[in-house]
Amino acid sequence: MRVYLTAVRLSLRRYLAYRSSAVAGAFTNTVFGCIRAFVLIALWKQKPEIAGWDLADAVTYAFLTQGLITPMGIFMNNTDLGPRIRTGDIAVDLYRPVDFQTWWLSLDLGRALGAGMLRTLPPVLFGVLLFPVRLPLSPLRWAEFAVCCFLGYLISFGLRYLASLATFWTMDERGMSSILVALGMFCSGLIIPLTIIPGAVGTVLLHTPWAAAMQMPINVLLGTQSGGFGYALAFGSLWALLLLGAGRLLTDVARHKVVVQGG
Amino acid sequence: MTEADDKPLWGPAAYLLLVRIWMRAASQYRVSLVLTTLAQFFTTCLDLIAILVIYTHVQTIAGFTLPETLYLYGTTRLAFALSDVVASGVENLATMIRLGNFDLVLIRPVSSLAQVLADQFTPKRFGKLLTPILTLGWALHALPVHWTVLKGAVCVGTVLCGFALYCALWVLTGCVSFIAVDAQEVANSFTYGSENATEYPLNIFGRPLGLALTFVLPVAFVTWQPSLYVLGHSDPFGLPGFLRFASPPAAALLSGLAALAWRACIRHYRSTGS
Amino acid sequence: MTLSSITEPIILAEGLTKTFSSRKSAPFTAVDGIDLRVAAGELVGYIGPNGAGKSTTIKMLTGILSPSSGLLRVAGYEPQRERVRLARQIGVVFGQRTTLWWDLPLKDSFTLLQRLYKIPPSRYAANLAYYTEALDLGPFLDKPVRQLSLGQRMRGDITAALLHDPAVVYLDEPTIGLDVVSKHAVREFLSDLNRRTGTTILLTTHDIADIERLCSRVVAIDHGRVTYDGSLADLRADRDLETVVRELYLGRSLVDTTE
Repeated sequence: MRVYLTAVRLSLRRYLAYRSSAVAGAFTNTVFGCIRAFVLIALWKQKPEIAGWDLADAVTYAFLTQGLITPMGIFMNNTDLGPRIRTGDIAVDLYRPVDFQTWWLSLDLGRALGAGMLRTLPPVLFGVLLFPVRLPLSPLRWAEFAVCCFLGYLISFGLRYLASLATFWTMDERGMSSILVALGMFCSGLIIPLTIIPGAVGTVLLHTPWAAAMQMPINVLLGTQSGGFGYALAFGSLWALLLLGAGRLLTDVARHKVVVQGG
Repeated sequence: MTEADDKPLWGPAAYLLLVRIWMRAASQYRVSLVLTTLAQFFTTCLDLIAILVIYTHVQTIAGFTLPETLYLYGTTRLAFALSDVVASGVENLATMIRLGNFDLVLIRPVSSLAQVLADQFTPKRFGKLLTPILTLGWALHALPVHWTVLKGAVCVGTVLCGFALYCALWVLTGCVSFIAVDAQEVANSFTYGSENATEYPLNIFGRPLGLALTFVLPVAFVTWQPSLYVLGHSDPFGLPGFLRFASPPAAALLSGLAALAWRACIRHYRSTGS
Repeated sequence: MTLSSITEPIILAEGLTKTFSSRKSAPFTAVDGIDLRVAAGELVGYIGPNGAGKSTTIKMLTGILSPSSGLLRVAGYEPQRERVRLARQIGVVFGQRTTLWWDLPLKDSFTLLQRLYKIPPSRYAANLAYYTEALDLGPFLDKPVRQLSLGQRMRGDITAALLHDPAVVYLDEPTIGLDVVSKHAVREFLSDLNRRTGTTILLTTHDIADIERLCSRVVAIDHGRVTYDGSLADLRADRDLETVVRELYLGRSLVDTTE
């Protein structure tokens, strides 16, 4: 257990060492938060209520999503796992006396915490100060939000982990990861809130695992999640278990493959 | 050592030569290339889908209909995709400088800018072209515009000047790398952010920001200003009419600025490492 | 005037200075008023401890850095201002970095260089044939550069620097990391090159054997200033070369040898 906590701490420290890079990233997030906010404002000005959201909800969503991108790894540019598999360095990791999946989860969690510290607050703060962002005051809401975020994080890790493992078979992580990034950008609600996507498409999108990464936590925070916190909790837990479980299975298959091939 | 031809290899010729070499290197990884090209295509569709979703709820945004917004989107996206194909090699400049590989650029008898622009050229960038071409095609078909020769010329000119403006922006962001390696990401947010912002009618950003995007960071000339003319729209900011045709001088000005900035950066280059 | 233009040095530096300004600390003078005259056809060893200013000097000579002050002319050009024109007259070999294209066969790098430097096809073919034979490139001409061993890559880099018949070649630690056989091969090749074609060679190295075998003239630099500039024979003055160089690096004054 201590090994994993150490991994989290070291990974966090490493992320925080590249502070100036994170600051630059926070700037980008803020810029895009503004752009998305203006777009949604233009829409909501025409139609003041859409899918139970008002203008303030939409603007809050715009900045919160930008703040959550990096912890949730939507752009997947911080994983070493894929490249290590491709170069074969992974052999060293496979023989460590730690649980493979938990090890990578710990490393990624450290990164996510660092990103949460440095990149989540700036865009949201900017939105609060200069835009009609409205955050709830109830501590219970925030606690629920935190839980949903954690589940969303586990799901996003689960997805990225599976995609990285696929490198064992495809021997190239760039192709898979770029498709995943494109999917993730849309299905997590980064480009446009999933709740306003009409018809069957919208319904389907609300049930993919990506929906739990950002859309659901924010819905819970805003109080607009249909089925409330209970539904989000169940949904998130289910997908997290499924994805992490699939990850464990796939790890065993991969390990077996590596051993059989002679490493 | 008498050379038959004393002039150094022309910049654009060197650029094309290097692009061919990089394409050959990239084509060694066929599957990866196909997948990433597909991913690029999907990514460009996302903004389009966002616009379509928005318009399922309303008929106009900031006074612009769907075909009109798609025209804005198509022109700026196409200009940007073209500039991305040609100039996004500049994104690698920060890494090049950090690893000391920019020195290698400077010892070659060809334009340093040509080498940097061509760096890591990959065919996957072409994946970004299809969506804007199709969208623009549809928008042109659906727009109730009375086409004249002048409007047609301005339409074509919009994409060309937009291309030049974006290329100049790429070069300027590259110049920022010479100053501070991390600053490149900040500069990138201006390039990508400009593209994202100009997909929509500029008046959604309000008057102060809209004016800033016209006179400070002149991205309004990528598509907004000339499109006001093509679409026959009045200017929500009430700016003088001649600005609708100011894209060419704006592009020339920014390109000139970029060229000067690049030259100055080379002159003051510090070259880290031994 | 006619006499001096015949003996016009191919590298001419007078009072060459480079100062780096820094936001955090005092300005740092890496090269402090160096005078250097290298005649065409010389093979000069440029030595000094790390941080002495060797790399900075070379970077100014090749046009990578602009001098803070002083006069500098290489092959008749002002390096930084006429960088592109000068580039065709010089070749550079970095011991620790390759100038070749990583993912492509060695031969493709050469073909690309032919186009970049506008080498006439007949000249290129003749040079390539010669270097293929002299450096034994045949076995790995078609191999991607990333698969080459260090020795093979170095031979490729040397060829790449010479294909366009430069007037001056700079070699920055060319034998570093090579095995004894490869080191010998490189040294013999360079010596032969200088003798056969009269190409001016400026060699930066820490390897005593390199200096011994190749350099008739040695220029030593420390803290940005020239501490010795003369013949190898005068430098060692019948002593062991390694001892002499070590003393030089440590900054102790040289035993007698006056000018």
